[in-house]
Amino acid sequence: MIVLQTKNLTRNFGGLAAVSNVSLEIKKNELVGLIGPNGAGKTTLFNLLTGVYEPSEGTIELLVDGNLKSIGGLKPYTITNFGIGRTFQNIRLFKELTVLDNIKVGMNQNINYGVLTAIFRFPKYYSEEKRVHEEALKLLEVVNLVDKKDELAKNLPYGEQRKLEIARALATNPRVLFLDEPAAGMNPIETQELTDLIRKIKDDFNLTIILIEHDMSLVMNVCERIYVLDYGKLIASGDPDSIKNNKKVIEAYLGED
Amino acid sequence: MIQFMQQLINGISLGSIYALIALGYTMVYGIIKLINFAHGDIYMLGAYIGFVFATKTGMGFIPTLIVAMITCSIIGVVIEMIAYKPLRNATRITALITAIGVSYFIEASTQKVMGTNPRAFPNLLPKGNLNISGVVITYQQIFILVVTVLLMIGLQFVVTKTKIGRAMRAVSVDTDAARLMGVNVDQTISFTFALGSALAGAAGVLVGIYYNSINPLMGLVPGVKAFIAAVFGGIGIIPGAMLGGILIGVTEALVSGYGSSLYKDAVVYVILIIILVVKPAGLLGKNVREKV
Amino acid sequence: MRKNQFTKTNLAWLLVIIGSYLLINVLISAGVINKIYQTVMLTIGINIILAISLNLIIGITGQFSLGHAGFMSIGAYSAGVIVKMMDGAPSSVYIGMLVGILISIVVALIVATPTLRLKGDYLAIATLGFGEIIRIVIQNMKITNGAAGLVLPKLIDWPVVFVFLVISTIVIVSFTYSAYGRACISVREDEIASETMGINTTKYKIMAFVVGAIFASIAGTLYATSFYVIKPEIFSFNKSIDILVIVVFGGMGSFTGSFVSALLISVLNTSLQSFADIRTIIYGALLVLIMIFRPQGLLGKYEFKFSKLFDKFAKKEVRQ
Repeated sequence: MIVLQTKNLTRNFGGLAAVSNVSLEIKKNELVGLIGPNGAGKTTLFNLLTGVYEPSEGTIELLVDGNLKSIGGLKPYTITNFGIGRTFQNIRLFKELTVLDNIKVGMNQNINYGVLTAIFRFPKYYSEEKRVHEEALKLLEVVNLVDKKDELAKNLPYGEQRKLEIARALATNPRVLFLDEPAAGMNPIETQELTDLIRKIKDDFNLTIILIEHDMSLVMNVCERIYVLDYGKLIASGDPDSIKNNKKVIEAYLGED
Repeated sequence: MIQFMQQLINGISLGSIYALIALGYTMVYGIIKLINFAHGDIYMLGAYIGFVFATKTGMGFIPTLIVAMITCSIIGVVIEMIAYKPLRNATRITALITAIGVSYFIEASTQKVMGTNPRAFPNLLPKGNLNISGVVITYQQIFILVVTVLLMIGLQFVVTKTKIGRAMRAVSVDTDAARLMGVNVDQTISFTFALGSALAGAAGVLVGIYYNSINPLMGLVPGVKAFIAAVFGGIGIIPGAMLGGILIGVTEALVSGYGSSLYKDAVVYVILIIILVVKPAGLLGKNVREKV
Repeated sequence: MRKNQFTKTNLAWLLVIIGSYLLINVLISAGVINKIYQTVMLTIGINIILAISLNLIIGITGQFSLGHAGFMSIGAYSAGVIVKMMDGAPSSVYIGMLVGILISIVVALIVATPTLRLKGDYLAIATLGFGEIIRIVIQNMKITNGAAGLVLPKLIDWPVVFVFLVISTIVIVSFTYSAYGRACISVREDEIASETMGINTTKYKIMAFVVGAIFASIAGTLYATSFYVIKPEIFSFNKSIDILVIVVFGGMGSFTGSFVSALLISVLNTSLQSFADIRTIIYGALLVLIMIFRPQGLLGKYEFKFSKLFDKFAKKEVRQ
């Protein structure tokens, strides 16, 4: 079953086509890699899919309640509420909030009390906050950060910030999760832990995951299918083995000669 | 038609003064992203320095102008060194509050030293006017315009043709890169303040002559309007400040002439908001997108 | 996050409120707080309401507004006009306050919708513009008696200000420590990340702005009905800046800071009263010094909380 597909997706910046004519199909519970040299348009593609940028041309469709729904050009918060979660290449945590509160912000849309309840502290406020608190702790358990729940996000070491971002994305209750270079700046041990984490959340949360990554061992190790972008265009797709031996891909990475 | 031309002339001479003040705002903002709230007060100081110098020495327009400009540029540099330099890496709101503090300090000190009452500025320029088929242009207006244009040409020359001007542009594009390329950033910032303050000082003397009356709080409203002019034209862009200043001046004059002078300030603010909402980077600015 | 702990904190706060009310009463009847100090107390109370409501907009939500005096003037003039119409009947204060709140909500929505798309300095200057437009409109209206302003009877005393101070604080602090407040803080911290968390950032910005405007308007009504004279010039952008200074001096994002700072600045202003001519000089110099040596404000983002205090005690007991 297709959960996300794009047709001829294009985004121009001035005269430059950062993403051009990209058509993808992502199936339910797949773990898909998106790779390509620097500046190939991977993050721009993520930004289009999550609503940060509007497409110049083409369509994006997401499976919502059993039907494919066009989501191209919708606001990021609407898209998130349709079930897409993401992390950022250049970590964008809420630095001055605690680890726990970062998660709670992610859960914000699933908190059911009105402004007046918040202001006058009706019983529902307490019961909802209690539920949120417990669920947030569970998510922190997944990424092993319960001990740090009261630390400010900015004080976490780099690897833990990346994990917290993943947990925060999970808090939005996504069906499709985009991870933008989750292993960037991690050492081999951390990367191994991350690989396990990605597999685990995919199963436990019944997710479809698309990840951008430069660490090829990680990509080849976890991804079932890989798309390759170069100069904004899709140049190859397939399973890890076929990508490894694909001539176009090798050329794109090594340069033509 | 005659009335329109008359208001246009009045507007341009008023606007050119706004432009002179706006240039200081825009250069400082361009280089250290600070809304230098005290800039309007430098303009006020220029008027007072001119007043004191002209009445004590009895000298004419040109020496008065030069003395006011030089003194103001020194004051500008000193303020930068004492108040703003320690805040280079502070948040923008911190820097803004500091500038507000400096502004209060200058205004209150001037009130203490010179008194709170308005003073009559000596008339340093020939009186009289030209009458071109009903449109009256005073000699003062012509002088103001000529002086302003000359100063702007001078500024444009400094910024585009000299070494220090190149340094200014480099620092405003990327301070760290400029430092790595061997630009003395602190010196460049000081120079920017000197330049901006000198222009504000000149504006102070010109306004003193134009309105014939100065007071310690005279910098407040023109200061805000000049800032609006800078935003209007595209903050950080030198020709933008000139354009913005003239446009604000002309708008004010036209609203006073045709509508009600009571609402002239309101119209300026409405235009400002429209510009900000429609084209936040200002008339000559380019919109930049945040990288995600 | 136990439920009973909240009741404990809430009780503690209730005690503080009642205690300070009684304390002030005792001090007044004992003659320690004389008439002059009572006036200072009014100023302090009103300034705190202004500061915490602006702090919600700037410190919590990160939207740099310089138009707060505009909303204050709406509250002041609504009350002023209605007090005049009702010949100073005591209820006119509250009817006026309500009218002020309603007008402020409408105006805040009109201001917020276009301007809150702007960021940082641009937003500051746009809200400054709106604040000035409000002032100029009031200055040119007949019903407000133009630049001359309105002379009003004194209709309220410190207990009224005290009650509204308590209400304002409870509403604003409760809002901040809820899902709504967390959403607002996330907007301040990173707008794009906040949107990707499913948060409609525009909605929360407008919400904070409107709540802030409501309380600025209430402060305006309190001002008008306790200080005899209102004029448009009182509510110029300098007033907005004065409020901003209180917020920044106390620490952006810290309501405790706003309380302390409003108190200190009002006391400083009063004690320098006899040196009127150098007061502003000292005030200006102090601002510069504070920003250089303590840019995060007196308290930074620190917030006094009974829950923290109780936690500390609890931990001590466990150790013993």
